Amino acid sequence: MSSDRRADSAPPARPRGMMRPGGGHAIRFEKAKDVRGTARRLLGYLRPHRRALTVVFSLSTFATSVALVGPYLMGLAIDKLVARDPISSFLSIVGWMLASYVVAWGAGVGQGMIVATVAQRAMRGMRSQLFSHLQRLSLAFHDGRTSGELMSRLTNDMDAISRVLSQNITELFTGMLTLIGILVVMFLLSPWLALASMIFLPLMMGMVALVGKRTRGAFRKYQTQLGVLNGTLEETYSGQRVVMAFGQEDRVLSRFDAANATVRQVGIQAMSYALLVMPMMGVLSNANVAVVAGLGGWLTLRGVVSIGLIATFITYSRRFAQPLRQLGDLYNQVQAALAGAERIFNILDTDPDLADSANALDLEKIHGDVRFENVDFGYVAEVPVLRQVNLHAKAGQSIALVGPTGAGKTTIVNLLTRFYDIDAGSLCVDGVDIRSVRKDSLRRQLGIVLQQPFLFAESVRDNIRYGRLNATDEEVVEASRLANADEFIRRLPNGYDSQLSERGSNLSEGQRQLLSIARAVLADPRILILDEATSSVDTRTEVEIQQALLQLMKGRTSFVIAHRLSTIRNADTIVVIENGRIIEQGDHASLLSSEGAYARLYQSQFRGQQAAPDGASLETQRTRGDS
Amino acid sequence: MRSLLRLFPYVRPYRRYALIALLLLLGMVAADLLIPRLTQRIIDQGIAQNDVQVIFTTALVMLGAALLSALLALGNNYLSVRVAQSFAHDVRSALIRKAQSFSFANLDELKTGHLITRSTSDVQMTQTLVMMFLRILTRAPIWAIGSSILLVMTSPRLALIMAAFIPLIALFIGWFARKIRPMFLWVQQRLDRLNTVLQENLAGVRVVKAFVREPHEISRFEDANEALMRQSIRVMRIVAVLFPSMTLILNLGVVGILWYGGAATLAGDLTVGKIVASINYLSFALFPLMMLAGMLAPIAAADASASRILEVLDAEPRVKQRPGARTLRNPQGRIAFENVSFAYGADGGQPVLCGVSFAVDAGETMAIVGATGSGKSSLIHLIPRFYDATEGRITFDGVDVRDLEINSLRTAIGVALQEAVLFSGTIRENIAYGRPQASMEEILEAAKAAQAADFIESFPDRYETQVGQRGVTLSGGQRQRIAIARALLVRPKVLILDDSTSAVDIETEVKLQDALDRLIAQSTHTTTRFIVAQRISTVLLADNILVLDKGRVAALGPHQELIHTSLIYQEIYRSQLGALPPDVNAAKEAGHLV
Repeated sequence: MSSDRRADSAPPARPRGMMRPGGGHAIRFEKAKDVRGTARRLLGYLRPHRRALTVVFSLSTFATSVALVGPYLMGLAIDKLVARDPISSFLSIVGWMLASYVVAWGAGVGQGMIVATVAQRAMRGMRSQLFSHLQRLSLAFHDGRTSGELMSRLTNDMDAISRVLSQNITELFTGMLTLIGILVVMFLLSPWLALASMIFLPLMMGMVALVGKRTRGAFRKYQTQLGVLNGTLEETYSGQRVVMAFGQEDRVLSRFDAANATVRQVGIQAMSYALLVMPMMGVLSNANVAVVAGLGGWLTLRGVVSIGLIATFITYSRRFAQPLRQLGDLYNQVQAALAGAERIFNILDTDPDLADSANALDLEKIHGDVRFENVDFGYVAEVPVLRQVNLHAKAGQSIALVGPTGAGKTTIVNLLTRFYDIDAGSLCVDGVDIRSVRKDSLRRQLGIVLQQPFLFAESVRDNIRYGRLNATDEEVVEASRLANADEFIRRLPNGYDSQLSERGSNLSEGQRQLLSIARAVLADPRILILDEATSSVDTRTEVEIQQALLQLMKGRTSFVIAHRLSTIRNADTIVVIENGRIIEQGDHASLLSSEGAYARLYQSQFRGQQAAPDGASLETQRTRGDS
Repeated sequence: MRSLLRLFPYVRPYRRYALIALLLLLGMVAADLLIPRLTQRIIDQGIAQNDVQVIFTTALVMLGAALLSALLALGNNYLSVRVAQSFAHDVRSALIRKAQSFSFANLDELKTGHLITRSTSDVQMTQTLVMMFLRILTRAPIWAIGSSILLVMTSPRLALIMAAFIPLIALFIGWFARKIRPMFLWVQQRLDRLNTVLQENLAGVRVVKAFVREPHEISRFEDANEALMRQSIRVMRIVAVLFPSMTLILNLGVVGILWYGGAATLAGDLTVGKIVASINYLSFALFPLMMLAGMLAPIAAADASASRILEVLDAEPRVKQRPGARTLRNPQGRIAFENVSFAYGADGGQPVLCGVSFAVDAGETMAIVGATGSGKSSLIHLIPRFYDATEGRITFDGVDVRDLEINSLRTAIGVALQEAVLFSGTIRENIAYGRPQASMEEILEAAKAAQAADFIESFPDRYETQVGQRGVTLSGGQRQRIAIARALLVRPKVLILDDSTSAVDIETEVKLQDALDRLIAQSTHTTTRFIVAQRISTVLLADNILVLDKGRVAALGPHQELIHTSLIYQEIYRSQLGALPPDVNAAKEAGHLV
C-alpha cells in the first residue's frame, strides 16, 4: 500500500511559467469564457510534440496498470501463506511483485522526464510567441495599460498555464486511469466486496460537491477582501510620506484595521471550507477499510473470498481515495489556467493595428523635409486631440513646439514617428506620405531623445550601441565624445563596460541624458525629436547637455518639445499649440512683435520684472560655458 | 529556520488554540493507527478463529475510529486556519504600525515596493507555513513515531526491516535536497533575467519602437528564454525521479516485509494478520518522512520571507519623539536654521547639507534654488522632521523642533511634495485629506487658488470625481495642483512647496503664484512660505532667495541683490532665460572696463 497520504503533502516548489518569484499557493477560482475553444487551442501548443506525448501516455498507462497489479500479487502471496503452500511458490509471487514495482518505477520516471522536456519546450514556444507579438503591437495597446499591470498579468497567467502543462494534464490522466482501473479490477475480483466498498462513495461525492460549491463562493469573497486589503496596503505605503506630512496616521490605521479584520474573518471561513474535503476523504478511505475488513471477513468465513483478497481490497480502496481527492483541486487549477490562457490568447489575437500596408515600400534616404497638412487626430474616436494642424519643416530646420501641458505637443511627435496614424489630412516626409512606406524604414531615419531617458540594465557600451547595433567600438566612443559623455564614462569604474542597474539608476539624471544623446548621435538620424527635460541638473552638466544637443541638431531637421526659453528663442520656427490647434507660428522676433500668446508666455517668465531683451544667443552661451 | 522562530511571538497569543489543534492531531493519528491494528484483529481473531461476532464488532469499532479521526481533523483544520489567519493578521498589523513610526530615512531604505511585498506575499508565505505546521508538519513525525512503536509491538523482527530502510530514505532525501536546492536557485536567476528583459521591454517600449529594435529585443528575450528552459528541464527531470522513487522505496519495504515475514509465517512464528498490519504500519511510518522532502522548499521559502518581514520589524525609527516633548501652541511660523548639517544614512555618509544657517520671519517667503542634488529638498524636509539634522539645530518659533510634539509640529506645516501622491477616493476627499471636516467653500477656495478649480469643474462629477485606480487618470500637473490645494486647506502656518509645480506649465504656474499671494494677503493669519523651484520665474518675487551649492549656502538675498552679486545665481538665470537682464549685463560690462 502506498501513497494514500500524498495529497496532504505540498508539492515541491516547481519552476514557474514566466516568472513570479516564490509566491504562496493561492487558489484561484476563475473560468474562461470559451472553455472548449481555449482548451483546444492550448493543447495545440503540444501538437508539435505529439510523438513524445504518445509515448508519455503509453508509459503512464503502463505504469498505472503495473502499479495496480502489485496489490493483487500481494493478496495472492498472502493466500499462499494462509494455505501454507511451499515457500518457493510464495517467493516467486513476491519476486513478481518486486519486478512489477521496479517496472512501474521505470515507466513513471521515463514518463516524468519526457513530460518535463515537452512541457518546458511548449512553454518556451508560447513565451517566444507572446513576446514577439508584444513587439508588434502598437503603442495604443501599451498606452492602455501600465507596464506593471501587463507584467503581473503575464507572469500570473503564464505561471498557471505552465503548471497545467507540466503537471496537471498527466496527473489528471493518471488519476482517471487509476480510478477506472481500480474499479474494473475490484469488480472482476469480487463484485460483492467491490459494491460494498462503493457504499460511501455517492454520499461522499455529494458532500464534496456541496463543499466545493461553498468553497468557491467563500474563496471568491476571500479574494475580493484580500484585494481590498492589498489595495489599502499599497496605497498606504506609497502614500506614507503624505500620511506623515498631514499627520493622518490614526485614520490610515483605522481603515487598515477594518480591512485586516475582515480578511481574517473571511479567510478563516474560506480556508476551513477548503480543508473540509480532506477529512471527508479520510473518512471515506478509513470507512472503506472497515467495510472491506468486516464484510470481507464474513465472506471469508463463508468461503466466498480469501484473506489475501481482503488485503488487496484494503490497498485498492486506500488508493482510490487519492485521485478522487485530487480531482477537485485539479479541476480548479485547470479552470484558472484556461482563464489565464484565454487572456494570453486575447493579447495574441490583438492585431498590430498599425501594420504596414502590403505594398509599402522602404523609405529612401531622406533629406528631412516634413509637412503636416490639415492633420486631425484623436487617441480615442470622437475625442479630437489635434485639429487642422498645418506645419512645414524644411530639411535642417529646427522647430520648437510650445504650449501648455496637454495641448498636443507630444501627439504631434507621436504622429511623425507613426506610433499612431493620423485620422485625416496628410503627413509627408520628403513629399512621401508616411503611411505608404514601411514603418521601420521611417523610424530608422528618426532619432528620439526622451525627457526621461530610458536605459537598459546592460553595459554603457551596449546602451549606446542600441542606436546602431553594428557600430564599432570606435564609433561608440566617437558618438560619446560628441555627446559630451565620453569624459564621465571613462571615469566610471569599468569605463564603457560598466554595468548599469535597472533603468540606469546608478547614474545621475544628467549622465543618463548624456548617454541617451550619445545613443541618438550614433543612430545618425535625419530627423531628430527632442523632448527637453524639465528638471534642472547642475549648471555645468546643463551646459554640457545643451552643447551636446546643439551638436546633435546640427544639419538635421529637429522637433523640440521645448521648455527652456533659450532653446525656444533659437529655433527656426516656434509653433505655439493650444487645445490641439496651432495658434501661432513664426520665429521669436516676429512672434514677440505680434504680441499674441507667445509674447504673453514669454513675459510671464519674468514675473514682476521687465523682460530681458533679445540678447545673447546660444552660441555665445556655449563659449561662456566652455570657458 | 532562525527567522521563522523569531516570528513565534506572533503565534503566542493563540497558543491555546494551537495547542488544542496539536492535541486533536495526536488523537487523529491515534485513531488512524488503530485501524491496521483492528484489521489484524479481524484476520487473526475473527477469520482464523471463525468468529463472526469479533469480525462485526471490530468492523464497527473501525468505522467509529474513522469517524472520530475525521471529526478531530475537522477541529484541527478549523483551529489551524484560525491560528494561521490570526497570525497573518497580527503580522500585517505590526508591519503597518511599524511603518507609521518610520521617518523618511527609513522609507528611503526600505522602499515602498518592498514594504508592500512584505505585507502581502511574505506574510502569505509564513501564514501558509504556520498552517502547514499545525496540520501536516507536526503530524508527519508523530505518525512516523507512533507507527514505528506499533510496528515494534506487532513484530519486532519486521520492525528491523524498517530500521534498515531509514538510512536509505535519509540518504535519498539528503541527496535530493542537496541536488535540488541550488538548482532551484539557478532557475530563479534565469527567471529573474527573463523578467528583467520583459520588464524593460514593456517599460521602454517607446525607445524600442523608436530605434526599431524589435528584432534585437526578441533575440535578447530568446537567449533568456532558452536558458530558462534548459535549467527548468534539468530541475523537472530530478523532480520526475523523486516521486516514483519515493513510491518505489515504500513498495520495496512492502516486498521486504512479505519476503521476510512470509518465511517466518510459514515457519509458524508470525500470523498472517500481523503481516497485513505490518505492511500498513510501514507505509504509515515511511511516507510522512518522505513527505518532508517535498516540504523543504516551502520551509526555506517561508524562512526567507520571515527574514524579510523581520527586516522591517527590526528597523529602528530614525526620528523619535523625545519624552516630555512640548505641544506647539499658537504657532507663528518663525523658522531658523542654526549651523545645520545633514547626511543621509545612519553613520555619516556624504554630507548633503553643511553648516546651513538662516532665519525666516513669520509671513515671509523664502525661495530655494540650486542644481539637482544641491540639497534643496533635504533642507526643507528637516523642518517638519521628516529627517533629523545630523548637526546644528532648527527652531520653530525659537524652539528646537526636536523638543516639539511631532504631530503638533506637522499640523502647523502644510507640504506639497515633489511627487504628488493622491489616494483613491474623490477629488474632494483628496483635497480635504489633511482636514476632513473642512467645508465645501473652503475646499473650493483652496482648489481655486491652486488653479485646480477649472479642470476639476470640467469633469462631469466635478469634486466628486473618483481618482486613483478606478477613477480618472490625472496628468502630472493636475495631480500637483490638487496636492497644493490639499496643502493649502490645512491653513498651515508654514507652507512648503517642494518643486511642486514642475509638471505645471509656466503660465498656469504664474497664475498659481499670484493667487497664492492674494490668498495669503487676504487671510487673517500670516503664512511663512518655503518654495523650492527649478524655474527661476517662480522665485523672482520671493522676499529672499537662498542659493544652495553642494549643500552650502552660496548666496542669500532678494532677486535684485543676487542678480548683481551671485555668480551662481546669474548662471542659473542665464541658462534658463537665455540672457541676463540688461542692467546686469551693463554693470558687468562696466565692471570689465574698469
